[in-house]
This record gives sequence, structure tokens and C-alpha cells, in this order.
Amino acid sequence: MGIAPEAQVETVAPHEARAPSSPKQVAKDSLIGKRIAKLDAPDKASGKTRYIHDMDLPGQLYGKILRSSRVHARIVRIDTSRARRLPGVHAVITAADVPYQRPLGVGKDHLPLKSDRVRSPRDEIAAVAADSPEIAAAALKLIEVEYEDLPPVFDAAAALEPGAPVLHEGKPDNIAMTFDYSHGDIARGEAESDVVIEDTFRLHYVTHCCMGVSGVIADFDASGSLTLYSQTQVPFLHKREFAEVLGIDPGRIRIIQPPIGGGFGSKLDIYPFEPIAIFLARATKRPVKLVYTREEEFAVSPTRQPVVLRLRSGAKKDGTLTFREVETLHDNGAYTSWGATTPFVIMQTISSLYRVPHCKYHTSAVYTNNPYAGSFRGYGNLQGTFAVESHMDKLAEALGMDPLEFRLQNAQEPGEVTGQGMHFKSCGFKDCLRTAAGRSDFQRKHREYRAAQAKSGRYKRGVGIASMLHVGGGAKIYPSDGCGTILKIDDFAHVTVMTGASEIGQGSETVIAQLVCEELGVPLDAVTVVNNDTDITPWDVGVHASRTTFIAGNSAIGAARKAREKVMAAAAKAIGYDAAALDLRQGMIVRAADGESIMPLAKLLRSLHFSDKAELVMTTHYYEPPSQHQDKGFKGDVSAAYAWASQVIEVEVDTETGIVRMRNVWGAHDVGRVLNRLGIEGQVEGGVVMGQGYALTEELIVERGVTRNPAFRDYKLVTAPEIPEMDITFIETMDGEGPQGAKGVGEAPAICIAAATANAIYNATGVRIYRLPFTPENVYRALREGGSKK
Amino acid sequence: MSAKVEIGFNLNGAQRTVEVPREMSTLDMLREVIGLTGTKYACGEGECGACTIIVDGRSVNACLMFAPDCDGRSVTTVEGVVDTPLGERLRDAFVQAGAVQCGFCTPGMMVQAKHLIDMHDGKLGREAIKRGIEGNLCRCTGYVKIVDAIAAAAQPKG
Repeated sequence: MGIAPEAQVETVAPHEARAPSSPKQVAKDSLIGKRIAKLDAPDKASGKTRYIHDMDLPGQLYGKILRSSRVHARIVRIDTSRARRLPGVHAVITAADVPYQRPLGVGKDHLPLKSDRVRSPRDEIAAVAADSPEIAAAALKLIEVEYEDLPPVFDAAAALEPGAPVLHEGKPDNIAMTFDYSHGDIARGEAESDVVIEDTFRLHYVTHCCMGVSGVIADFDASGSLTLYSQTQVPFLHKREFAEVLGIDPGRIRIIQPPIGGGFGSKLDIYPFEPIAIFLARATKRPVKLVYTREEEFAVSPTRQPVVLRLRSGAKKDGTLTFREVETLHDNGAYTSWGATTPFVIMQTISSLYRVPHCKYHTSAVYTNNPYAGSFRGYGNLQGTFAVESHMDKLAEALGMDPLEFRLQNAQEPGEVTGQGMHFKSCGFKDCLRTAAGRSDFQRKHREYRAAQAKSGRYKRGVGIASMLHVGGGAKIYPSDGCGTILKIDDFAHVTVMTGASEIGQGSETVIAQLVCEELGVPLDAVTVVNNDTDITPWDVGVHASRTTFIAGNSAIGAARKAREKVMAAAAKAIGYDAAALDLRQGMIVRAADGESIMPLAKLLRSLHFSDKAELVMTTHYYEPPSQHQDKGFKGDVSAAYAWASQVIEVEVDTETGIVRMRNVWGAHDVGRVLNRLGIEGQVEGGVVMGQGYALTEELIVERGVTRNPAFRDYKLVTAPEIPEMDITFIETMDGEGPQGAKGVGEAPAICIAAATANAIYNATGVRIYRLPFTPENVYRALREGGSKK
Repeated sequence: MSAKVEIGFNLNGAQRTVEVPREMSTLDMLREVIGLTGTKYACGEGECGACTIIVDGRSVNACLMFAPDCDGRSVTTVEGVVDTPLGERLRDAFVQAGAVQCGFCTPGMMVQAKHLIDMHDGKLGREAIKRGIEGNLCRCTGYVKIVDAIAAAAQPKG
């Protein structure tokens, strides 16, 4: 003990000290389902957490990027000579100055620094490293660029017309990506239908608005190895991609993720600013920090893209769904990032949220000169669910059925294999529907509010219901969907869990610690999670697809189990008991039968370590979920489990102004099992309000390729007084594959808010609106016109 | 950079003298000159509240106040807030209520919460709290648990 560093002794002292003074009996103490405070919260609430914005390296320079002033143009000439002469400038780079760069991103269709052509105003032309951000910004103004304008196109449908401007050579039709899916036979489904409806839905641009703006610090050591301080959500895949883009050995790239000020999918792709910071660091042999302004964040970071969705649905008189046919047109923007692949998720909602015997889906993501589309919490599902659940209401009405009964009749159940080949094992969908409807008194209110539509009065109340299906057990979209864990226990019974899973504020660090405590029988303060350094942590595919609790949680459990076996075997040997007769509780080795304490775990570990046959307790585990890759026709499972939720929303519509006030949200979520009640409530509440913003207030206004509202003044996030009352119920279906039965929840709560709101507005006013967002202006107009259908 | 001015002010209870450029914001002074990074930049134009500080008893967006205007005043940042009994209570309440996710808005919320509680003499209902943090944006939590935390901290224990 005497040689141990003081900090370690302090960390361990509380529970070692507890042991002798505690009663001889040690009770089993489970943390599962409890309200566990986030481990990183005290520092964050004290202003002590150092985000990338708060970090500075010795000798650091500041990078700034010059972007295109045109939406579509050929670059004729770039003159950086005046910028280079500005005192305090250390490097000015253009594509011509970079010895090697390769296209980056999902579509690999653009270079970090554009060489001969720009396709959007966000396009990167040159970059500066200087002693201060002010000098770097001043230098940008001294760079002269001569352009030759090219004809632009700003509308996805127009970009498909013959003769439309072509954005990328090799893509003469401007189609970036297509998806085709079908099961059954649409013609047969339609022939069997008593009711067929068809509508077009229009979804708008929104963006993530992470409170911490984007930033990166690139730092090379003397031997040419790169350390990148990055906000990425996918450090291991990006390490490889940076290596490809930059032409360096991936083994010489270390990615460290300082605490991240919000992700929500925005940091799933690599973006030009990151390689550019690396180029600048290489050119100057100094660390380079490049951080966006909020205006840049709005103008150039990824979006949830506009989608035009045409939907035809049919049903029989008895309330059975017959078919669903969907065509979507996605505005891809100038380059292909993850946004282009969101139809992959929309497809699952179309084919499998309800039982639909005949189904067909075609989609195109089309290049335009608009901002390009990334991934955003819910990943296409907000758009798809808006249309599908609007139609579920319309079909119910056309059939003269109650909207809840109609949904219950067609809802999926456990054991179902869908037309798409998805296997639903744990499935609490019907429980979700009944719970949300029951707690909100949905059916009575729906009838009464509908009856009240004809009455006079400025304010109208309405209720709407919508549900969602989303991956809840990982998503096998890469060759692997796994996560690794390294776990070690030190001489003071302190456990360090090194996980590949990134923490982006969602609370994975705390949940992983809880799961390890549960397996190992140690208190929460005996666990440290290390999760942000690719030189230390084992591989993980990244934080996306609501996968971290499920995948990283199972991985951590696997490593903890191995450590437990090792510890118990050593304990049995030391004490002379059968290992099966022993248990670990609160850091003590106890007799399993009655909990009588035998020896502190720390003491056992020290005796193990300092013995003749010295040994450390250190284990590894790699978890890959038991799901298959889909076939080429998108049939099969991508996830080991699926999450379900139903939400009822009550609104009040001011028919004079078009203002929609969201009064209440009743949510029922099949999450498998609640692991951290505090954390999961926070995920749902935050998701609901993000969905509320999507439905009511947020819109990125893009005119002729230019973002016109790059500020919180004009891009309206929901503020505290506007939030609805929330009543949240968790349906615990105990998934067989989930860690302690849990499934993913991160994206789910945002997904059906817009859909339920649309249905609530209809219930209140009798006017169905097919276009988001439901801003006062749009609602007012729709009420005057009797609907926004076009 | 224009000429610098020397200013003196009380920062978190201690007198400070610093030299700052005339056009520098209080936010940049706190972060870049003094090295207190708890006060966050998230918009730079007074729309998000991440840089909320207290100046002579008023809550202010540090990004909108010129640093030279701090001269002769009393400035409290999140680092100063958590150093007080109320600040400790607030921090514990934020932690226990689950009011922190990514944490980027949290320091501004903490400062605004202290200001609200100071101004309301213990009588602070949920609606008043919501209105009181209207100028502080949060993208993670949906505000519910932030309101819970402030309500809990507003009730002195005992």
C-alpha cells in the first residue's frame, strides 16, 4: 500500500474501509433499473470538463477554411500570395499545395480541398493556419478566387430532368443512390383492397444544432505519427478513412475523443475540415486547431434532407392492411454522405411496422447544389413514419374504424417474421399502443375532439397517435457490428473498463459501468470507464443506430464474466471453498448462501499479484450480435432486436394564428429493460423535444443552395417554456439477447412525434397537413386552404 | 488588434487586473485571457445562453459584453458558482436529477439557475423556472430534468 500513488488509495479507500466496519452479512445490491447519476455529470456541471474547444496544445496554430462564394462553378484561378504575406500566417494551402488527397465520405465523391470545381457554397477551396483565429480569418479575405459559373440545380425533381446540369462526371443522371425493395404483389394487394388512398408528403431540411460546434486538433509528432483530437462518433472506421484520404499508415493515427458537445448522428461521417486541419498541421509542423463558428456550423454541417414521399396504401373493409407502395425522392445535396442511405431505414417502417402483405418501395437520392445530407437521430425514420402513420389515420377514417383499433389489428407481435424477413422476438408493440392510448384516454378524447371540430371557437384541441419500429440490437450495415472490451482489476479492486464505445452525452459510460458492477459485485465508484482513445480502447463500429447499450453492454458483460470466473477460482483456491459456494458483493468475497463476508476482493487480488505465480486479473471480450446481413434484396435482419414505441400527443391549435401548442406527450417504449432509469428518461425526454422541434419549429431555409438562417435567432430550437407535459412508460419485454434484457432507445423517442402531431392537428381541425414543419405560417395557410395537399 | 486596455474587476470573489483588446468580448477574455473555460461559446450572439455569467447581480451573455465593460464590476462564472453553498447544491441537484447529458449547455444553465434562485427568494415554481431558462438552449435533455434540478436546489434542505 505504501508505494501506491495517493490518488489510487483515495479512490479505493471508501469501500475497503467499509468492509471491516460493515456487518458480516453483505446483501446483494443491484444497480439495474435504478436512477444512477451519470459518472461525467459532476465535472460537466462544474465547468471542469474540457471539450475540444477548451483544449490548447503548446505551439498550437489556428486553422480557418475558405469556402466557395458560388453555388456551382469552375475554379479558374486561386491567388494566395497576399494571404501568405500577412504577418502571423504560417501556411496557406489549396488543393495544389497538398501532395496527396483522396476523395472522402460515404460516396467518395469529393476531395477535402476542391481542385477545379465547386458544387455548393460549403465547398472548401483553401485553408490558412495562423497565430490566432483572427489572423487566419483576415488571411482568408486576402485569397482571390476567380470562378466561371456553371448552371446550378436546386431541386431534386428538376435534377432528374433531361438536360439538367450534371454535378458529377460519371453520374449523368444525377442519381447518387437508389434503393428498390418489394415483397408480395402490389397488383394483387390493390385488387383485394376496399379502400386505396394516395398522398404526397413533403419533408423539410433540419440540422443537428449540437451545442458544441464542430472542431478538431491535429498534431504530428517528430516521427510523423498523427494524434487527432476529434469529435467523431466512429473513431475506428474514421482512423482507416483518414489513412486512405491522407495516404498515411493507419497504424500511425491515434484518435482521441475529448468529451463531445452533442452528436445525434452529425459526427458519423468524416468531413473536409478534418483532413484540412491535418494538412495544415503537416505543412506547419505545429498542432492546428480548427473550430467552427456557429454560423459555419449551420451553413456547412450535415442536414436531415428534404424528402418528397409518395405513398399509396390499401386496406380491406375488415380493417386488414393489403398493400403499401412508396416512392421517395431525396435531395442528396452536392455530395453523398449518410443521408443517401436513410431509405434503408424508411424501408423497414414501410414493410414491417405493421403487417403489410404486399409492399413495394423505390427511392432515389439525387444530386443538387444544396447542402449535403448526413445522418440524424432516427435516420430516415422520422420521414417514413410521418407518412405511414398519417396514412394509418386516413385509412382508419376511410374504413370508419377507431384509429387505435385499426392499428392494433395490424400491429406486429412477438414471433412474427415480416415480409422483409425481420424476426421479431421481443415485441411489446401492442402493449405500447394500449399503454399510450390508455394513459392518455386517447379514444374518448379523439371522439370528443372530432365532434368539437364543427363548433365555433378559436382554440381547438386534438389528439394523435403514432408508433415506431427501429433497430434496438445493433445494425449490421458494416461487415462487423461488434465492440471490444478490455477489463482489468487493480490491486485495490478498482476496475478499469476499456471499451470501444464512444460517449457522446447519451450515458453509455455509466450504463457500461453499471453492467460491469452487476457482474462483478463491485460498487459503482470502483469502476472507471476509458472510452476515447484508439491507442488504448479495442475496436468498435461506432456510436450510431441506438446500438451502444446493446452491443457495448454485452461486450462489457462478457469481459466482466471472464474476470469474475478468474477471481472466483482464485478465491476458492485461497479460501478452500468451492467457487460455486462463493459470491462477490460490494467488493467483498462472501459466502453465497448467506452473504457472510470472507475477504475483501482487494486483498485477494493483492495476494494473487504478489504471489510466486504472480497473476493479474485482466480480460478481453469481443461481442458480435447474432444477426445476419440482409441479402441483396434487403431481406433479413440487420439487428438482433427491435425497439418499439407508441406516442399520443395532445395539441391545441390556435385557428386564428396557426400556432400549435404541444400540450402533452404520452409515450410507451418497449426498451427491453430499463438499465438506468434516470438515463433512459433523459433520452426519451430529449428525443421527444427534438421531435417537437422537427414537427413544429425547426427549418433550415435553403434558397438557391445558400442557407439563409444560419443562427439560433432564425432557426428555432424548442425552448423550455414550450415543452409538453410528458408521461413516459417503459414496457419491459426482457429481450433474450439484450444486456440484462435491454434494447436500444437512443433514436426511438424522436421518431413518431411529427406523425402523432399531424394526426392531432387533424383531430383538432379536420385539416390534414402533408408538409412539415407545422409552423404558424404553414398551419395558418393550411387551415385557410383546407389542407396543404399538392 | 486594436489597443489594449487594463481593467480591474472582481472575478468569482477575487480582484483581477487584466489587459484586454478594446473589442474583445467578456467570453473571449474569460476563456482566452484568464483561462476559465467553463463559460462556453455556442453561438456568439446572445441566442443560446451557454456563456451565461452574472455581472453585478444580473445574468448576462458573456459573448455580448465587451471585456473592458467589466472594469469595476463583479463577475461570477460557473467556476465561482460551484464554489458557493448554493452552487454546490445546484451541482448536486443537476447530477442527481439527470440534468446533464452532453453537458455543453450545463455551465450556462448552472449560472442562470443560481441567478434565478437568488432573485426569487426560494419561491420558484416550475413555470417560473421554465421561463427563467428560456434563453438557455439545450439540445439533449428536453429541459425536463434541468427544471427538476433547479426546483430541487431552490428548496433549501432541512
